[in-house]
Amino acid sequence: MAQTVDARGLSCPQPVILARSAIQAGKFPIEVLVDTVTSRENVRRAAEKAGCVVKVEELGGEFKLTLTRK
Amino acid sequence: MSEKLTRFFASRWGIIVAGAVIGILAPLLQKLGNPPNMGICVACFERDIAGALGLHRAAVVQYVRPEIIGFVLGATIAALLFREFKARAGSAPIVRFVLGMFAMIGALAFLGCPWRALLRFSAGDLNAVVGLLGLAAGIFVGVLFLKAGYNLGRSTRTYTAVGWVMPALMVGLLLLLVFQVRVSDTGALFFSTEGPGSQHAPLLISLGVGLLIGFLAQRTRFCTMGSIRDVLLMGDTHLISGVGALVVAAVITNLILGQFRTPAFFGQPIAHSQHLWNFLGMTLAGLAFALAGGCPGRQLFLAGEGDGDAAVFVLGMITGAGLSHNFALAGRADSVVEGVQTVGGIGPYGMGAVILGLLVCIVIGLTMRQKVEG
Repeated sequence: MAQTVDARGLSCPQPVILARSAIQAGKFPIEVLVDTVTSRENVRRAAEKAGCVVKVEELGGEFKLTLTRK
Repeated sequence: MSEKLTRFFASRWGIIVAGAVIGILAPLLQKLGNPPNMGICVACFERDIAGALGLHRAAVVQYVRPEIIGFVLGATIAALLFREFKARAGSAPIVRFVLGMFAMIGALAFLGCPWRALLRFSAGDLNAVVGLLGLAAGIFVGVLFLKAGYNLGRSTRTYTAVGWVMPALMVGLLLLLVFQVRVSDTGALFFSTEGPGSQHAPLLISLGVGLLIGFLAQRTRFCTMGSIRDVLLMGDTHLISGVGALVVAAVITNLILGQFRTPAFFGQPIAHSQHLWNFLGMTLAGLAFALAGGCPGRQLFLAGEGDGDAAVFVLGMITGAGLSHNFALAGRADSVVEGVQTVGGIGPYGMGAVILGLLVCIVIGLTMRQKVEG
C-alpha cells in the first residue's frame, strides 16, 4: 500500500517539505499529488536529489508522482 | 517539444539563463533612462504605479511602469502557451494582503526589492550588502516557521475568470499609460516631472523587456527569496544559481556601460546608509516574502499565471506603497547640502512601522501552523 502525500493547492515550498519528510520516514513507494507544474518539477528535483526514482502521471490537470528507492 | 522546453527551463541552465538575462537587461534599462541602480525594482516600480494612480502624492515617484505590466502579461503568455494557466485562490488572501503591505513598507525603508538590492550591489553600492544580509535574516526566521509547520492552507481551483483579474488590471493600466489619461489638471494620472519617477526608458522597450523577463521567469520560477530559502531549508542551490548569474551579468554589464562606481556606503544613488534600518527593513521584507512564498517578482509572475492569492499580495504591496509615502515611512536618500554630508534613512514613524511589521509577521508565523492532513 503506497503512502500518499496530498500536496494539491499548497504553495511553495510546502509540497517539497511534505515530500521530503515522507522520504525521510522511508516507507516506499510514496505517491505525491500536486496540482501545478512548478510543484511537480520541485518535488521531482528534490526526490531525485534524495536518491529516488520518480514516475509522473498526469491526471486531469493534476499530477501524481510515484517515488521509489533506486 | 513543449515538454523538452519545460525540462530545459526547469534545469539549472534554464535558471542561469533567466538570471543572466535579467542581469544584462536591467542595467541596460538604466542606460536607456530608468533611474540609477534601478533598472528594475519591483517594489519601487509598484510604488511608482501607486503614485501615478494617486494612492500617494510623493511627487517624485509617480509613473505607470510598463515593466510591471510586462512581468504579469509575459507570465500570462508563457502560462497560456505551455498550458499552465490555472485559476486558483483561497489560501488566506487577507493574510497575504497584510504580508504584501508590510513587505512593501520594509522594502521601501531600504529603498528596493531583492532584485534592486542585487542590482545596487552589482553597481558598487555596499548598503546593498547590509540589505541582503537583512533579507537573509528575515528568510531564516521564515524558514524556522516553515520547519515548525507554518502554512497558509490550500488554495483551490476556481473560475477561470478569477485568474484573469490581475492580467486584466494590467491591461487597464497599460491603456491608461498609452492614452496618458488625465482626468483634470490636478487629478490622476500623476506623472513625475522630476526625481526617479520622471526617469524612464522608452515605453515600448520597458514593456518588451518586462514581457521577456515575465516569460522567462514564469518558465524557470526565478525567485530571489526562494533562492535563499532553499539553501537554508534544504541546501538546494538551484534557484540561487540564477541569482548568482544575475549578479555576474549585472556587474559585467555595469562595467561595460560605465555604471559601476567605486564601492562605498555613503551617497549611493537613491540609497541611504542608515545601516540598522537597511538591515531591519529588509529583514521585514524577507520574512514577509518567505511567509507568502515568493519575492515580489515571483508574486507578479504567479499572479500572471492565474494565482489569485499572489494577486492579492501584489495589491497589498501597492497599498503598502501608498501607506508608506502617506505616513512618511519610506527611506530618504543620503544627501550633500552645501558640502555637508547628511545620512538619510527612515524617521521615527518608519522605524515604528518596521517593528510593527516584524511583530505582525511573527504572530502570523506562530499562529498559522495548523498541520496539513497527509
